[in-house]
Amino acid sequence: MAPNELHRLYKRPPISDQQKRRELSLRRQEQSRRDAQLQARRLASTLFSLSSSQTLEETSEPDIDLVSEPQPDFQPENESVSSPSDLDLDVRQASKLRGSEARKWFARQLMLPEWMIDVPDRLSHDWLATRSYITTDSRQRNCQCHHFPRLCPACLTASGSCQSYSILDCIFHEMDQTYYVIDMICWRGYSLYDCTAEFRFFWLNSKLAETGACDPPSQYHRYRFSLVPIYTCDQSGLHSAYAGAVPYVKDGLLFYNKHAHYQPGNTPLALVWKDENCSQYVIDTDSKGQVPSQQQVVLELLHDGKLITSDDPPVVFGFLELEFTQKSGLHPGNLLRFSIGNGGLHTVDGKLEKADLHYFGKSNRARAFADSYSKIMFQYSVRHSPLRIDDLVASISSSDDEGNGPSDVEMAV
Amino acid sequence: MAMEITQFLLAAQSADARVRTEAESTLRQFQEQNLPGFLLSLSVELANNEKPPESRRLAGIVLKNSLDAKDAVTKERLAQQWMAIDISIKSQIKDFLLRTLGSHVPEARHTSAQVIAKIASIEIPQKQWPDLIGILLKNMTLKDSPAGLRQATLETLGYVCEEISHRELEQAEVNDVLTAVVQGMNLAENNAEVRLAATRALYNALDFAETNFQNEMERNYIMKMVCETAMSKEIEIRQAAFECLVSIASTYYEVLEPYMQHLFELTSNAVKGDEEPVALQAIEFWSSICDEEIELQEFESENSGESGPPHSCFIEKALSSLVPMLLDTLLKQEEDQDQDDSIWNVSMAGGTCLGLVARTVGDSILPLVMPFVEANILKPDWHCREAATFAFGSILEGPTLDKLSLLVHSGLDFLLRAMRDENNHVKDTTAWTLSRIFELLHSPAAGYSVISSENLQRIVEVLVESIKDAPNVAEKVCGAIYYLAQGYEDAGTSSSLLTPYVPTIIDCLLTTANRTDGGDSKLRSSAYETLNEVVRCSNIAETSQIIAQLLPVIMNKLGQTIELQIVSLDDREKQGDLQASLCGVLQVIIQKLSSMDETKPLILQAADQIMLLFLKVFACRSSTVHEEAMLAIGSLAYATGSEFGKYMPEFYKYLEMGLLNFEEYQVCAITVGVVGDICRALDDKVLPYCDGIMNHLVKDLSSEELHRSVKPPIFSCFGDIALAIGEHFEKYVPYAIQMMQGAAELCARMDTSDDELLEYANQLKRSIFEAYSGILQGFKNSKSEIMLPYAKHLLQFIEMVFREQQRETQRDESVTKAAVAVMGDLADALGPNTKMLFRDLAFYADFLGECLQSEDEQLKETATWTQGMIGRVMVS
Repeated sequence: MAPNELHRLYKRPPISDQQKRRELSLRRQEQSRRDAQLQARRLASTLFSLSSSQTLEETSEPDIDLVSEPQPDFQPENESVSSPSDLDLDVRQASKLRGSEARKWFARQLMLPEWMIDVPDRLSHDWLATRSYITTDSRQRNCQCHHFPRLCPACLTASGSCQSYSILDCIFHEMDQTYYVIDMICWRGYSLYDCTAEFRFFWLNSKLAETGACDPPSQYHRYRFSLVPIYTCDQSGLHSAYAGAVPYVKDGLLFYNKHAHYQPGNTPLALVWKDENCSQYVIDTDSKGQVPSQQQVVLELLHDGKLITSDDPPVVFGFLELEFTQKSGLHPGNLLRFSIGNGGLHTVDGKLEKADLHYFGKSNRARAFADSYSKIMFQYSVRHSPLRIDDLVASISSSDDEGNGPSDVEMAV
Repeated sequence: MAMEITQFLLAAQSADARVRTEAESTLRQFQEQNLPGFLLSLSVELANNEKPPESRRLAGIVLKNSLDAKDAVTKERLAQQWMAIDISIKSQIKDFLLRTLGSHVPEARHTSAQVIAKIASIEIPQKQWPDLIGILLKNMTLKDSPAGLRQATLETLGYVCEEISHRELEQAEVNDVLTAVVQGMNLAENNAEVRLAATRALYNALDFAETNFQNEMERNYIMKMVCETAMSKEIEIRQAAFECLVSIASTYYEVLEPYMQHLFELTSNAVKGDEEPVALQAIEFWSSICDEEIELQEFESENSGESGPPHSCFIEKALSSLVPMLLDTLLKQEEDQDQDDSIWNVSMAGGTCLGLVARTVGDSILPLVMPFVEANILKPDWHCREAATFAFGSILEGPTLDKLSLLVHSGLDFLLRAMRDENNHVKDTTAWTLSRIFELLHSPAAGYSVISSENLQRIVEVLVESIKDAPNVAEKVCGAIYYLAQGYEDAGTSSSLLTPYVPTIIDCLLTTANRTDGGDSKLRSSAYETLNEVVRCSNIAETSQIIAQLLPVIMNKLGQTIELQIVSLDDREKQGDLQASLCGVLQVIIQKLSSMDETKPLILQAADQIMLLFLKVFACRSSTVHEEAMLAIGSLAYATGSEFGKYMPEFYKYLEMGLLNFEEYQVCAITVGVVGDICRALDDKVLPYCDGIMNHLVKDLSSEELHRSVKPPIFSCFGDIALAIGEHFEKYVPYAIQMMQGAAELCARMDTSDDELLEYANQLKRSIFEAYSGILQGFKNSKSEIMLPYAKHLLQFIEMVFREQQRETQRDESVTKAAVAVMGDLADALGPNTKMLFRDLAFYADFLGECLQSEDEQLKETATWTQGMIGRVMVS
């Protein structure tokens, strides 16, 4: 080494813009790589297929929000709209669907709770409770896809390339112009589809607040988002869920099995329960908002005249003669409304044996699905021998008394 | 076995090209046919005092070049070649070399010393030359050994210390070497030649003296000898001694306290009265002390609470004497020092040191410097005005914003007026000071700026006017504009302030770039680089039209370069430089305009023409690709997305050329990055090119010649390709994975006590994980079973990295992130097949646990995702 040749920087050497450009390019490439890998990671588990079994002409579903970056090079997926049955669309492509196609597609991704007919075992250990105003009344719902530029924090740092999105399961409450988030399916590209409910709620709680989405509306998001409080299903948790004050109109309680993954369609691992204290709509109303004197049910007509529920597999509730269907101009796939006569529903060992059904007419065209078995049974029990809050409380205390040790529930929101 | 080669060695230096070529070829033939005999003959030639100095000199040079090379790969090959030679021949050669140290011909001794050190650098780490140090020391202790031998021996010891690490020697050997060297510096016993050699040897041996510097007596002795030597009557010896002091200042800062008073007097006298080479080293001593204290302060502020090495506050204590001494040096400018980059004089070194002092002590420098500034800034002698301005500009970094703002606010107007000073140096330094002010005190985004809507217009007017001044001044003005624009980057509404001036600024920069009086291309490069910063930092919503108009102007200029007449290599180089600047501007414009939906179409519309230009730029050369054009093409691919596919047939050959450019590794690295851009732009449409690309990437990885820094990006690039083409990556899997596994094993073997190697190992690990991630995700939807046989190796590698990362010193968040992500990818892509693997390797739970506790949100998020993926597998 020749130390005497050492020259320190004098009046600063020329700026190395080339080095700067190289570094900026490298950073952009790293960011793009990260985005591409994240994209790959989420696509795996959010790749829902567009079902071909869509027989419904028009649907109306719960609200879904697609929180997405606008896509500069957006090209309408015309093909997919015209022949959805052939396509496995991922969420990104699905976000390009418009109108009723979008509504149908997203509705299929939603987890629909069953109605609580019996208190599940280990309610206090394996379940979480939340106040809900999910109603079965489909007239209140519509689907909106909102684009919220810059809502997701990743997008704040990323340059134009970021197309990260999140899917929230939420309900729009018109009175305070707020989306109440009840579940999170995908967050900034990470699929939470295969995560347990316990984890999803944790994630939901920790992530949503970070984004500022819960802040008052701004130019970045028109509507406020709000979290629905979630409780462990112990005595006090249940009490808070049942009796606590909420800023929205309550409509029953939702119970989630902590270990259950997010599962589109009807699932017994999420349950809805209500009574007069926590819901204005315990007993279904008709189209005029009146409680009919007899319970009404909507069932789907099959080719062979069977009348089935929306469950998978469906439950057969009755049978229509071919002659009758032809005479009434009914077709397979139609949703038909029946009332339950005085003969009621007969079950043996929890299985439906006989139902006293009376044809009422075709269902409202806005209906998407037939009723589920659990809904019919819940409505039936409400009219005859309802499951009361005391029953739930009793179930929890008895389970606590069993001395199963401390609850392993970590979540107490 | 040695041959008589004197005549060939002489002929190889003949003025007659034919004779020369012939002799060179004879020597080469000899070398190729019988390397040991050739090397032996060279050493015989060097050792023989009867031979002419010319042939001995060349023999020494050829011998040295047979043992060492700058390029690491060649160097390694030469070392192995030497080690393969028969031991008896090697010891004969070494004997001849050692014997030459006693020659009465100084040049032969000197060459021999160098060659010995080269052999030592190969053999000592392998314990192949255990008696070397002993033999050299004996030369020193032998009674009545001639001065020439002592001088050459000390020189050899110095070179040996320079070549090898101090870990290669036993402490006893180190002690003996130091004793011999320090005794060699003794004035009473040695002549000047020996003392100079000893002092220079000490410089190289200082790193070896760690233990000795911890011992007070030994340290005192060494310091006493160095300080005495620093007052020798021979200037070269004084300079060498001060060089030792500079090195001691940074290596042994923490033990200097007792000597500082004396060192201050010594350096102070040198700065004031000694000749320039010595004075420069004396100033450098204080700059080194500043470096140390700044580093200590930065360490302290980063690790608040932790006690680092002690801070002795030498600068603070010496401040009141040190600053006046430095200010005095500022008045010793030379005429024309701003025109010649190779000049380094006392005033430049003094000003630079003053800047470091300001960074070390902050506010307390102001009362010492400001009176000097005020006293000199108006004096008729330009030396005074320039020194005052330089002092002011030098202390702008360090003191607090509050104190500086006040001073700068009141001084700014003066400086703007000084841009019309009659003296070139004053204007040069004033423009530089303005650029410092804008760099350090103009940051609207951070909430402070000396520039306001009131003075901005005047500032721009002055800059636009002054840029027409002499080239050296214009270059500094470019710097001022650069930082003026940079301050407005991401500055929200404040950035609108500059918008009205952007067209004028762009115009003046383009005019400056066109100037022909710059002599070299420095001014032009500065003008274009400043233009880039102006474009990059401008408020795109407001300036999109201006930038859109700039695009065709730059394209036109680039088009003109292709028409330039090229007759000489020089012309070719100039053309390349100009194209580099213009491709750079295009790259910045492409990025800027494509960053916003509204302006992106402007790039898409011009993409065909831009690409055509880049292809023409490539065509200007035959064997290499233009680095800047390649860099710009990456941005274009990113902007155009899948549309880029239509350029591929034409562009592909240049892509290949870039990938094959081992020598200019930056070009290769950039091209690898562009492959990634193209993969993401084209997705599976890149497939037709993948055979070729993969082939070249694998070749790159196998090349010993290619700079290692390019290799990690290549692994990442594997991931990019796999992600783009999905299942079609199948055919590349066997050899890609083989490479990845090989690199993983290399990581495990790497010496991580070396910071540089540690950094490299971390890059390599991250990139291997990225490659696996891309491949696994690419196969996820089909054929994922292909990756099953490799899962275990991957998991074991992840475990190894996890264990390493648990050690504080080796931690690198980005590696951890990539490792935890690839674990999730494995579970995600291979599903239930990995259940048994994960069950067997329980470390993953600890790993996830640690990541979930991290404070890094991204890492937590990734770990959570991975946890979900593995959880899904485990319950399946």
